[in-house]
Amino acid sequence: MTSNVGANNGNGASPTTLSQDEVMRYSRHIIMPQVGPIGQRRLKQAKVLIVGAGGLGSPVAIYLALAGVGTVGLVDFDVVDLSNLQRQLLHQTSDIGKRKVESARETLADYNPEVTVRTHEAPLTSDNAMEIITDYDIVVNGADNFATRYLVNDAAYLLGKTLVDGSILLFDGQATVYKPGHGCYRCLYPAPPPPGLVPSCAEAGVLGAITGIIGSIQATEVFKQILGIGDPLVGRLLLVDALSMEFRVMKIRKDPSCPLCGEHPTVTELIDYDQFCGTPSITLEAEALVASGD
Amino acid sequence: MEGPTVPVRVHVTSVIQKVVNDQKEFPSEGATIAELIKNIETAYPGFRAQITDDVGELHRFVNIYLNDEDIRYLQGKETPLSDGDEVSILPALAGGM
Repeated sequence: MTSNVGANNGNGASPTTLSQDEVMRYSRHIIMPQVGPIGQRRLKQAKVLIVGAGGLGSPVAIYLALAGVGTVGLVDFDVVDLSNLQRQLLHQTSDIGKRKVESARETLADYNPEVTVRTHEAPLTSDNAMEIITDYDIVVNGADNFATRYLVNDAAYLLGKTLVDGSILLFDGQATVYKPGHGCYRCLYPAPPPPGLVPSCAEAGVLGAITGIIGSIQATEVFKQILGIGDPLVGRLLLVDALSMEFRVMKIRKDPSCPLCGEHPTVTELIDYDQFCGTPSITLEAEALVASGD
Repeated sequence: MEGPTVPVRVHVTSVIQKVVNDQKEFPSEGATIAELIKNIETAYPGFRAQITDDVGELHRFVNIYLNDEDIRYLQGKETPLSDGDEVSILPALAGGM
């Protein structure tokens, strides 16, 4: 289920021009030489998809909307529950029970009605991922399970899209940017852990503010990609240890034997990621969750 | 020929720290990564099971870095260590929600 809420271009401004209000709204961007009016128009023309409207997806979506990214897509089939509110900035107490994409749409509209928010309220699967992702320029990963991470990685690579990746657990976070041709998630982690071996945030916990740290870094990397500025985290894995507040960088190399992006690829289309990760299918559970709200 | 045993600093993520007395960073020693893992296991029994499988091979979802380089691109477990090296052990994280 995909829906589209158009931007309120009340001043008749097009994607290639900035209205007087937009010039004022984004003035703190426009006065920077690295952005300027041309960069701000690039932001307005950009289409970014965020997988997951939760911990990481929230700060990314908010910062993208605040910055005037023209189209923000959100994929999430879940509903807001009380335990989300410790960290998921898109949602508030009054949103409990609401579909996350709906709650997110309302929040983003309040922040910036000029942004077009497209919601994809369905689990991301091998059946729909290519069709959903193809319309966007950049994909941001805010997923909370390995199956979706490998799916998003593979789909983004096969479609030639840049993937801005982030992950969190307890007091740790990681962030990087995968650009096709410069390594991918499979180069970093060739195989997922067996189910149950690596805990989820729900099982082990996560410091809420870590989502802001890593999500803000992801948003920044999206801006750098759109504007063509700075040194992106391509080929670099940023590690954040919030307890020591240490930030370290590891090299990510493109693995020549990677089954997706290596010299002899064997993964040339999307696969069954639940089987790959040894996890039960989330599709049936997700469909039941969505159907129960009808 | 294996080099001398040298002191290094080991960094682990929050998931692993529970088996190393809740330390995120601690000193250890070894001539190679393999010897380092053995020495850490001696000091903190149960550590090796976090990062290796039943036959002693590193899990493919756990990366080990010598300074900033993945040991897969060096000499794997036989990668020699130098005095003052930083060894980071990094299991995959999936959290995002």
